[in-house]
Amino acid sequence: MASYRLRINGGERTIELSDPDQPLLYALRGLGLTAAKFGCGLGQCGVCNVLLDGRATRSCLETIASAAGKSIVTLEGLGSISAPHPVQAAFIKEQVPQCGYCTSGMIISAVALLAEKPKPTEEDIREALEGNLCRCGTHVRIIRAVMAASGQGG
Amino acid sequence: MAVALAPHRLTRRAVLKGGALTFGFAFAGLPTHGLADEALAAPRSVNPNEVDSFLSVNGDGTVTLFCSKVDLGQGLRIAMRQIAGEELGISVDMINYVEGDTALTPDQGRTSGSNGIQRGGMQIRQAAATARQALVELAAQRLNTKADDLVASDGEVRPKSGGAGVRFADLIGGRSFNLKLNSKAPLKDPVTYTLVGKPLPRPDLPAKCTGSLTYIHDFSLPGMVHARVIRPPAIGATLISVDESSIKHLAGASAVRIKDFLAVIAEDEWTAVRAARALRAQWSEWSGLPAQDKLIETIRANPATTEEVLVTRGQPGTGSPSRAMTRAASYFWPMQSHGSIGPSRAVADIDSDKAIVWTASQGTHGNRKTFARFLGLPEEKVRLVYLDGSGCYGMNGHEDAAADAAILSPAVGRPVRVQWSREDELGWDPKGPPQLLDISGAVDPSGRILQWHTEMWLPQTTRGLPDVPLLAPAAAGLDNVRGLQPGLISQNADPPYAVDSVQVLVHWLEDAPLRPAPLRSPGKPANCFAVESFTDELAFAARLDPIEFRLRSLADPRGIAVIKRLAALMNWQSRPSPGSNKDAAIMRGRGMAYVHYKHNETYVATGMEVAVERTSGRIRVERVACTHDCGQIINPDGVRAQVEGGIVQTLSRVLMEEVKFDRSRVTSRDWSTYPILRFSDAPKLDIALVDRPTEPPLGAGDASCAPVGAALANAVFDATGARLRTVPFTPERVKSALGGV
Repeated sequence: MASYRLRINGGERTIELSDPDQPLLYALRGLGLTAAKFGCGLGQCGVCNVLLDGRATRSCLETIASAAGKSIVTLEGLGSISAPHPVQAAFIKEQVPQCGYCTSGMIISAVALLAEKPKPTEEDIREALEGNLCRCGTHVRIIRAVMAASGQGG
Repeated sequence: MAVALAPHRLTRRAVLKGGALTFGFAFAGLPTHGLADEALAAPRSVNPNEVDSFLSVNGDGTVTLFCSKVDLGQGLRIAMRQIAGEELGISVDMINYVEGDTALTPDQGRTSGSNGIQRGGMQIRQAAATARQALVELAAQRLNTKADDLVASDGEVRPKSGGAGVRFADLIGGRSFNLKLNSKAPLKDPVTYTLVGKPLPRPDLPAKCTGSLTYIHDFSLPGMVHARVIRPPAIGATLISVDESSIKHLAGASAVRIKDFLAVIAEDEWTAVRAARALRAQWSEWSGLPAQDKLIETIRANPATTEEVLVTRGQPGTGSPSRAMTRAASYFWPMQSHGSIGPSRAVADIDSDKAIVWTASQGTHGNRKTFARFLGLPEEKVRLVYLDGSGCYGMNGHEDAAADAAILSPAVGRPVRVQWSREDELGWDPKGPPQLLDISGAVDPSGRILQWHTEMWLPQTTRGLPDVPLLAPAAAGLDNVRGLQPGLISQNADPPYAVDSVQVLVHWLEDAPLRPAPLRSPGKPANCFAVESFTDELAFAARLDPIEFRLRSLADPRGIAVIKRLAALMNWQSRPSPGSNKDAAIMRGRGMAYVHYKHNETYVATGMEVAVERTSGRIRVERVACTHDCGQIINPDGVRAQVEGGIVQTLSRVLMEEVKFDRSRVTSRDWSTYPILRFSDAPKLDIALVDRPTEPPLGAGDASCAPVGAALANAVFDATGARLRTVPFTPERVKSALGGV
């Protein structure tokens, strides 16, 4: 058993692990932070994305050992129903999700993009979200919401 | 891993009141259910002829709707509130929605076939209208006045002339109506609607955008174990032996075997994943699948068929045979996966006292019978509770995962959560079946269609089969239904146009290469692809503009209206296809297709503007325009979202999706081998909704899928002069078609 300290959503959590290769996703969900979803376990779909030191990162591939000590932000850490993050607020206003399973990863990727490029073009958004899959076909609304969150369009 | 339970985890007591719980999480921001927990836990009527089965007026003045039509992301949670609130006279934020719990909701049938609103919603409308009539009569007695002088509004009944009213809660709060649904209860005049027709926001979106909605994937029970099911390496393989020593290094992990059903369980999820990877098992050989590259020939040559003439109409043409131009073509649509982004998951808690299964199934009531059967329990002992899942568009692996959990829970004596892997979902979800259509026809130079003959090969739905057979009961040797259930896949195989003589012949196949299931708009994307592509082929033969050609033979005014509106939306230039740039490096074109869904539901016309790159064979869909008439619109933003999703998802199916298999199993088991549309391929969308408030509301989830394939094929033909007749339209296929121009 090894002990790891994780900095999650501004707080600190200690977890004990027998397998240092356990992906971060399982630890987060085990802690009750279930916004990040399991989609493929292969790094192909983006529904497990979290911010790791500000970068959108596949938590299904990131090991706990490598995540320890870094700042981890999940969708829950961005905002709440009563005080949503601007990107969350834009997704609600534009009525983006259908099933909503990909939403957490989409918002995380969008937040990472806007931190880097506060006024992205539509092409920037498509590129930044290319690794995030949506099956319900909400792509166009997602693009509109990210544009709106950056203060453009709408 | 030692991790304390997070504080929001549920107590067992709370969990057993599944309906209330679901609601509380799903609708943060809206009022709680308004019923005492005890009331929800107590038996209640689920008879679909009783008003009390559909709604109750609570003591606090709120109303609770009970519905087995579930919200899969298509917006029923707001639309049903709008329908009920409109008829009752109460605002949507005073209405709660309990859905898909077999113990709490009446059986309204599966949430499928776009019938949530057009059937389920109309039951809710009638229940609410019956309830309003009763409330008004109760108030008339209370106020000692005539019912005709009263109006129900804002949760009370009050004199039309003004003055104090009586709150619904004071009239009947917490008590039963004891009324049958009255099909003659007067409905509100659509002219007076204040809720129906408004783009009210969907109430579950704040929770979905902040991570506070409890999906089935997030649901847990105290004392629960995590399971993974090990499917065989070949579809028909049997289990010879299991080497349990292969997982003995994983603390707490063990294997469960019931005949050919094999699973691993562990105390935490990651250990279950590791155990599933590590477990060594020996399976028999099996290679009963047809060769994929010979699939079309195999289907055509299948001796196990029954022939049926589905449509015959008209007389052989009176047009001059010497001027008739005949055409014939074959179209093929491959097997496709639901491609749910989250692999299926379910939780079951089954022991001698109870049998509860939490599932994202679109048909909890129907599956209750199935589950009771293989569990060997009386139906009334089994309860299925709906929780949100990853998007499902017919039947993905949800029910199979639920059956896995239901078989494992009594076997291990604990609540069990089963999570499928990505490979499980794409490999084992029931598939949209392959569809092969041969069409021949004749047209004269004036554009009159003289003759039309469709011949198609489809898997046949097994008579009396209630649902798609499930994997786990079959593997475990339990009582299980057998047969095929692909959905109503033979509709829209005849043209919606005037034709002198039409025949549709189907060869019903007794088997299918992979287990079929209804997949969004079952069968219609393929049938409409063939019918509307062939319509353009006839227009080309007659050297007529595709829209002009259709309008000459279309009589239905609502159909004509959506096509004309599409033409305006696209600024359609009337000319025959193909256009004049088919020799360019990047060839641009436009095309359209039309459907009257099932010939009696929603009207859709869809147009596309495409660019085709000659060297790469890549198709870029630059814009999709769509006009959509589903009768009375309950929530225009909800309809719009469904139309957008139907277009984009079907575009993905047409451009890139085909299940790949070898002789033993599905080989396209991840997103690199089963790619779906990404942002770079998402087109601009331009959608015009036609609202007809005085017409019955029709489905909006499926119809927009149907014309996508043909609209794209027709646009590619317009751009290139090359005709694509096999889905998906991969760059290789496009290049091959271009080579033949």
